[in-house]
Amino acid sequence: MVGPERSSLPAPAPLLSIRNLCKRFGDRMVLKDVSFEIGAGEAVVLIGPSGSGKTTVLRCLNQLETPTSGTITLAGDVIGGSLAPDGTRWKPFGEADIAGQRRRFGFVFQRFNLFPHLSALQNVALGPRLTLGLPKATAEARAAAHLERVRLADHRDKRPGQLSGGQQQRVAIARALAMEPELILFDEPTSALDPELVHEVLDVMRALARDGMTMIVVTHEMSFARQVAHRVVFMADGAIVEQGAPDALFTAPQHETTRRFLAHVRNR
Amino acid sequence: MSIDWAVVAMAIPLLAQGALTSLRIAALAGLLGLAGGVALGLIALGGFTPARLAVRAYVDFIRGTPLLIQIFIVFFGLPMLGWRPGEYLSGVIALSLNSAGYIAEIVRGAVGSIERGQTEAAQSIGLTRGKILLHVLLPQAIRPMTPALTNDLITLVKNTSLLSVISVYELTRSGQAIIASHFAPLEIFALLALYYYLIISVLAYISRLIERKLPAW
Ligand SMILES: Nc1ncnc2c1ncn2[C@@H]1O[C@H](COP(=O)(O)OP(=O)(O)OP(=O)(O)O)[C@@H](O)[C@H]1O
Ligand SMILES: [Mg+2]
Repeated sequence: MVGPERSSLPAPAPLLSIRNLCKRFGDRMVLKDVSFEIGAGEAVVLIGPSGSGKTTVLRCLNQLETPTSGTITLAGDVIGGSLAPDGTRWKPFGEADIAGQRRRFGFVFQRFNLFPHLSALQNVALGPRLTLGLPKATAEARAAAHLERVRLADHRDKRPGQLSGGQQQRVAIARALAMEPELILFDEPTSALDPELVHEVLDVMRALARDGMTMIVVTHEMSFARQVAHRVVFMADGAIVEQGAPDALFTAPQHETTRRFLAHVRNR
Repeated sequence: MSIDWAVVAMAIPLLAQGALTSLRIAALAGLLGLAGGVALGLIALGGFTPARLAVRAYVDFIRGTPLLIQIFIVFFGLPMLGWRPGEYLSGVIALSLNSAGYIAEIVRGAVGSIERGQTEAAQSIGLTRGKILLHVLLPQAIRPMTPALTNDLITLVKNTSLLSVISVYELTRSGQAIIASHFAPLEIFALLALYYYLIISVLAYISRLIERKLPAW
């Protein structure tokens, strides 16, 4: 089942566990009891039609949205708050604790969201300098190493506006990596790119997966999913419809919704 | 009707003195107003609600009352608090407080209009609100703020003339003194207008230069 590009199978204890995650916007339930687990080193690709809630799942993980209900734990730590000692009251975390948890997740945005006033190097060094408290030189050395890793060492002094979309997205990946997160969330990292720039970003992500980085990737790049994912999760209408190894899910989907979605994606 | 050229010749250097005073006041009040305004603007964007509401109320007061009244309140109010800074300092303080209120709004508007993705990207690397404001949002707001800040500075220069009512010897007041002794109101007021116009033209020109020099990303 495991293709040549995939690293060894995940460890049994899950790194991330999502249980009965629900999210409501106004009177619309956008996520309905989403539950799944991810082991350390696992690469999971999340697919599904537009509006099915993929982005919302990632945003809940990184606390850019507050879940309506459900529990998320990262390496045993509950995300977003804690139960009071008597075990009955939920106490949401303050800003500092939330920030401390957020940086355990890397987040790569569809539209890069690089800081336009800073050079590539400063973009990557900002987090280590300001939130990990590293001295400037140390932070920049670390940033340089991560830019090297995404093969942008030569562009460290350029501003985002001077870089191509593919280069910008790789800087954004380096920015996430520099925080040494426990896992990285990718939200359609290549869908804002010109087609000829897609592969350079996917190559970087493929290398990360091979190095054992835990990741959740929302993407419509099915060949990437086939090659890299340990598991593909298919969502529709705010719920997980089915999940499994890519070969199994792509060749023999169990549900009609999945079949229709896959046919639709293939025909594009 | 004839123009009294002798008075004009005599007034030009005297008014230049007053103009210098006006410029000094505007520069001082501009700097204090900018510092105060940025601070208030950041508080208005910050997470501490009571402070945010206090800034809101302050800005409303500044924008909702005439500057002339604010000048009198400072001028007569400070001595009641046991401090007699004199008319010059009182004037500077009043103008600073006024322009801080307007600048707070400029800062709040410019920072608030920066794309949400910037804040979210900063949050995702673990930055907290204050650091996001300082290191991510404020630097990006500088260029969009410049035209509004320039306008504010121009208004400030014109507003220095109101300090004549508390006897600050700035440009307008020094003109009034000449009028009182030589009775040539039209000549002097025309000269005053010319002085203000020149000062403001130069400022507008400089600020356009600065704006062009600021990086656009
Ligand atoms: N802040 C919000 N307020 C209200 N509704 C929202 C908000 N964010 C998302 N939604 C709604 O929630 C649903 C799920 O959105 P989400 O962005 O998670 O979908 P998605 O699977 O990522 O879709 P896409 O493939 O188009 O990116 C959509 O119907 C969307 O309109
Ligand atoms: Mg989405």
